[in-house]
Amino acid sequence: MQKVAEIAQKRAIQLLNQGVVNRVIGWKKGEFGYDETPAVFTTAAGIEDFRYDVFSAPNLSKYLIDESKKEGKILAFLKPCDTYSFNQLIKEHRVNRDNVYIIGIECGGMADINTIRNRGAAGVTDVADNGQTVIAHTLYGDVTFDKNEVLLEKCQACKGKKHVIFDELIVVNPQDDEPKNRFAGVEAIENMTPEERFAFWREQLSKCIRCNACRNVCPACSCLQCVFDNPRSGVASKASPDTFEEQLYHIIRAFHVAGRCTDCGECSRVCPQDIPLHLLNRKFIKDMNAFYGEYKAGEDSETRPPLVNFSKDDAEPSVISDKGGDK
Amino acid sequence: MLKIKKSNLDKLYAAISERQILYVPCNVAGKPNFAVWGEGADVDLVSLKTVKSAKEVFFPQCEDIASFRKEGKNISVKSEHKESGDFVVFGVRACDCKSFDILDSVFLADPVDTFYKTKREHGTVITLACSKPEETCFCSAFGIDNAEPEGDIATYFAGEYLYWSPKTEKGLNLTKTLNSLLQTATDKDNDALEKEQKKIKEITGRLPLYVLDLSYWEADDLLEKFNSEKWKALSESCIGCGACTFVCPTCQCYDVRDFDKGHGVQRYRCWDSCMYKDFTMMAHGTPRPTQMQRFRQRFMHKLVYHPSNHEGVFSCVGCGRCVEKCPMHINIVKVIKTFGGDDK
Repeated sequence: MQKVAEIAQKRAIQLLNQGVVNRVIGWKKGEFGYDETPAVFTTAAGIEDFRYDVFSAPNLSKYLIDESKKEGKILAFLKPCDTYSFNQLIKEHRVNRDNVYIIGIECGGMADINTIRNRGAAGVTDVADNGQTVIAHTLYGDVTFDKNEVLLEKCQACKGKKHVIFDELIVVNPQDDEPKNRFAGVEAIENMTPEERFAFWREQLSKCIRCNACRNVCPACSCLQCVFDNPRSGVASKASPDTFEEQLYHIIRAFHVAGRCTDCGECSRVCPQDIPLHLLNRKFIKDMNAFYGEYKAGEDSETRPPLVNFSKDDAEPSVISDKGGDK
Repeated sequence: MLKIKKSNLDKLYAAISERQILYVPCNVAGKPNFAVWGEGADVDLVSLKTVKSAKEVFFPQCEDIASFRKEGKNISVKSEHKESGDFVVFGVRACDCKSFDILDSVFLADPVDTFYKTKREHGTVITLACSKPEETCFCSAFGIDNAEPEGDIATYFAGEYLYWSPKTEKGLNLTKTLNSLLQTATDKDNDALEKEQKKIKEITGRLPLYVLDLSYWEADDLLEKFNSEKWKALSESCIGCGACTFVCPTCQCYDVRDFDKGHGVQRYRCWDSCMYKDFTMMAHGTPRPTQMQRFRQRFMHKLVYHPSNHEGVFSCVGCGRCVEKCPMHINIVKVIKTFGGDDK
């Protein structure tokens, strides 16, 4: 990974100096080695702070909605799953493709600091990535983890290592493109009784603090004015005295992004209460695959998505009811 | 100094609960937050920080203020203000306890917030020393002692025991009702406790954010700070969510909203966030149309406006929740350092 970061850094400086781009969006070092922040670099000297390692999880695609509308071209480093988000944003006419120079950057999976903490490493002051293992340096000594054990949920369910859109690639160690099974978690919930399922979501969603981090980070949530921010909608993006409405917020959001969600997993990554929000989105993806055939939002930037397309072979309501819905 | 065996804590919770409501950090779906204790609750006094701070007990995220009901041509208005019953909040860390002083300076100043006041009057705060401070902690920057927390009763874990030290009349009164469960600590116990506190201080001294230079923020040059170019780069990756605000123990802004119940209106207040687009929205629009301005508001409030209105007291207790929870890892520490610390 360190080699990839070095190449990326050099290439960014080159492209800036050549005038191909006038800005670079990447990740910047934080306080503890695990808290990288997305940042726009405008000078070659500034790129000194550029970081790319197992904590470069934030998906940069959504920032490009605004950044691609500014003057000049911006260099964006996109991981494989981030390229799906970018493609989807092209499809929705939300980004200006011509203003973005995309370098698809190799990704070996991103680590989750919360998992590292939950597995007993308190007081993490720095983290070293040794390829197969991740060593957390803490105030109370070093703790070593198998990297696969501490991957973010979105990386455990990796869609594959292929970049679906790019101008050039930085891939030093080509990796197995075998996508992992993304739907085990959804299946576990499908196998619950309706009562168990209801109780599961009630408990999970009861933790919600309505911070809207899931919505604000979501590349599919790109409305200029969200319905929850519209004072005339009768609902708000804040806590409500009605817990039912409160909990429905997430269901409504899942409906709104159905067919457009690329499963980038940012919603679950950013949730301060660890609500497994990706499961809602993945349920829709799984059902759409079953009803309309395999479809990956963001895999390309042209084809019509199943929910806005019509074909005579479309699933009939009876098909849905066969799956357990009411007739 | 009194003590109780760790293995007897369930009895202590039950005894407190017999007389009054007990709030204590409990795990629900894997996350610790203050919750009402009941038989079988998954109490978590090991996790250093609850996701939401203890302020929620006195200033709930959502609280009814009044209800309106329309019948024919008449509208009836009912106040939802209720006097609080006595309650106990146990397991409050030193930083959260200090945050109550900051909330007091706002809510108990004229005009007094009666919803908050009644809960403060009826609540007994039992603090808990931080056996294992974490890298995100910087309470020391605000003069808070995590080994010797304030509160009505201070407690400390050491060895097999929880040590118990009443500090106020409220604390003494509660302690009296629990006499049968609490034993007097011996000299040996006091030694063990002293050793534990020494250990806490040693770790605290090694915390990466132990030294945080706040001197820049003490100077009286509001406009220079306000107009600084630095806000732009600091805020550029802020996604405008309210995570920092809602986990913060000192954030105190709320919105007053009406919930349409069909046959009437429930007027309530709920936590608001200066990070939100509609924060302090007025008829003409919002006074802070860009995220940079909203971001600046949050930190100017904590580091400039609040201290200038409250004898220099910063509206931050260094709990580090925002450091932990910001999706993009932007936080008050980076703001403090960018302006007046390392990168001065």
